[in-house]
Amino acid sequence: MSIDYLGSISSVVNEIKPSAIRRFFDLANEMKGEVISLSIGEPDFVTPWNIREAGIFSLEDGYTHYSPNQGYIEVRKAISEYLERRFSLKYDPKTQLLVTVGGSEALDLIARALINPGDEVIILEPCFVAYRATVTLARGVPVVIETKEKDEYKLMPEDLEAAITEKTKYIILGYPGNPTGATMTREDLAKIKDVLVRHPNIFVVSDELYSELSYTGEKPASIASFPELYDRTIVVNGFSKSFAMTGWRIGYMAGPAQLVAAMNKVHQYCIMSSPTTAQYAVIEACRNGDKEVDEMRDEYNRRRRVIINGLKEAGLRCFTPTGAFYAFPSIEGLGLTSEQFCEKFLMEKKVAIVPGNAFGECGEGHVRISYAASMENIMEAMKRLKEFVQDLKNGSKE
Amino acid sequence: MLNRIELLQLIEHNARLSTAELAVMLNCSEEAVAAELEACKKENMILGYNTVINWEKSERETVTALIEVRITPQRNQGFDKIASQFYRYPQVSSCYLMSGGFDLMLIIEDSTLREVANFVADKIAPLEGVLSTSTHFILKKYKSNGTLFEQKQIDDREAIVL
Repeated sequence: MSIDYLGSISSVVNEIKPSAIRRFFDLANEMKGEVISLSIGEPDFVTPWNIREAGIFSLEDGYTHYSPNQGYIEVRKAISEYLERRFSLKYDPKTQLLVTVGGSEALDLIARALINPGDEVIILEPCFVAYRATVTLARGVPVVIETKEKDEYKLMPEDLEAAITEKTKYIILGYPGNPTGATMTREDLAKIKDVLVRHPNIFVVSDELYSELSYTGEKPASIASFPELYDRTIVVNGFSKSFAMTGWRIGYMAGPAQLVAAMNKVHQYCIMSSPTTAQYAVIEACRNGDKEVDEMRDEYNRRRRVIINGLKEAGLRCFTPTGAFYAFPSIEGLGLTSEQFCEKFLMEKKVAIVPGNAFGECGEGHVRISYAASMENIMEAMKRLKEFVQDLKNGSKE
Repeated sequence: MLNRIELLQLIEHNARLSTAELAVMLNCSEEAVAAELEACKKENMILGYNTVINWEKSERETVTALIEVRITPQRNQGFDKIASQFYRYPQVSSCYLMSGGFDLMLIIEDSTLREVANFVADKIAPLEGVLSTSTHFILKKYKSNGTLFEQKQIDDREAIVL
């Protein structure tokens, strides 16, 4: 008798659908190395040397043990100082901060610590793929609000009001956003705050992984900066994107002490503690990383301009991204689905970008172009995109 | 608004960027970039455009030496006069006035070790005011002007990261 593996897997895991673009994934993987890749959601920069060196030095010194579950107090102090210096956010390092394995673990902990079966969580699509999955795995129900290009992918207060039910547990805000590069200003967030003030039982999870990568000339506002919401907002942040530290797997959450204690309970039993080497590196990142962060941001900004210009020259409409390192142009009117467009572009022009429907159904009709790639590659890819769109337009006339 | 420092940093790193490309990167017009570059030349801020070359990969033989020179400053002229007697030699590719245990640092490029040695012995050491010289030959260049000479960073990222 054969074993029924699929039937043995828990229903929530089975409920998580394989990525809508799995076939494209496989294809892009096969062609890795032969193509220019603008499909990668992680910095092309290597972690700044002073940060790497701090990690190496900790190893040389023999710091190879578990840390306290919550993270070394020295690390939490450094993060607390950093958040206050860069974003004017105040958190007590003793009780309000938890060092996690990247922002992803923080999202998972929040879901597991807050959701009772059937609770609803509002997510804004198109968005980072883990939001939906973490909620489903915790037996919650994702409730999707589709943000729109005409609204610059901002959350509209009336859409939020309409999505709220008595089962709503929390909402996940991801700004600056993947895949759109959208940002919400303090004024935009104030309108959201007004809605949430009317619903005092809803928590806010603010994923601010890209908060350092803002091109408006000012730091993006955090919804936690509104006193009315501070006590029910959990800020998720990390070092992956802003400090080019993806492989170190380190991030953190900041929020109300009692919630952080609950999250720490989950964290303690599934992770124990975040990587010790990474924690030592992060102390250096928080204290002596500003210059490198700013330099990387300025370089991303120049690439962003080259991409926006390239899209304009190619004749693709695109909302102007103001944060993160993505552009999310529309490919409507060319007679192809997002996936067909990306596959054809990959095969014919040897450039990899990501179909928009990977980030939720409403991402269809768009593609994500990452500018976490060298300027040289971006310029060449934009040249090829222009040719490609031209070919498509000529083809459809014939 | 064109940021002059940012423009200079960009072309210091890659002098071959066109004015059109620079204009896009700096979010301004091509004319503004051209005008700024012209102004920088006029102000002697942009003095030339060099290429970073790893000569070891070529047929051409070169040796590079750093020469520390201790000198007696001259009345009314300070170090400038004697420095000019050094930097006029075409072999001297760089000449700096230094703080610390010596006064002038000369970087000499020539085709053979012997030529450099002769140059120091014949031209530098005998000059009036030179107290002593100390010559250091470069054995290998790992990094020069911000450019790594040997290892290239490999992009080991996954094909797609959402």
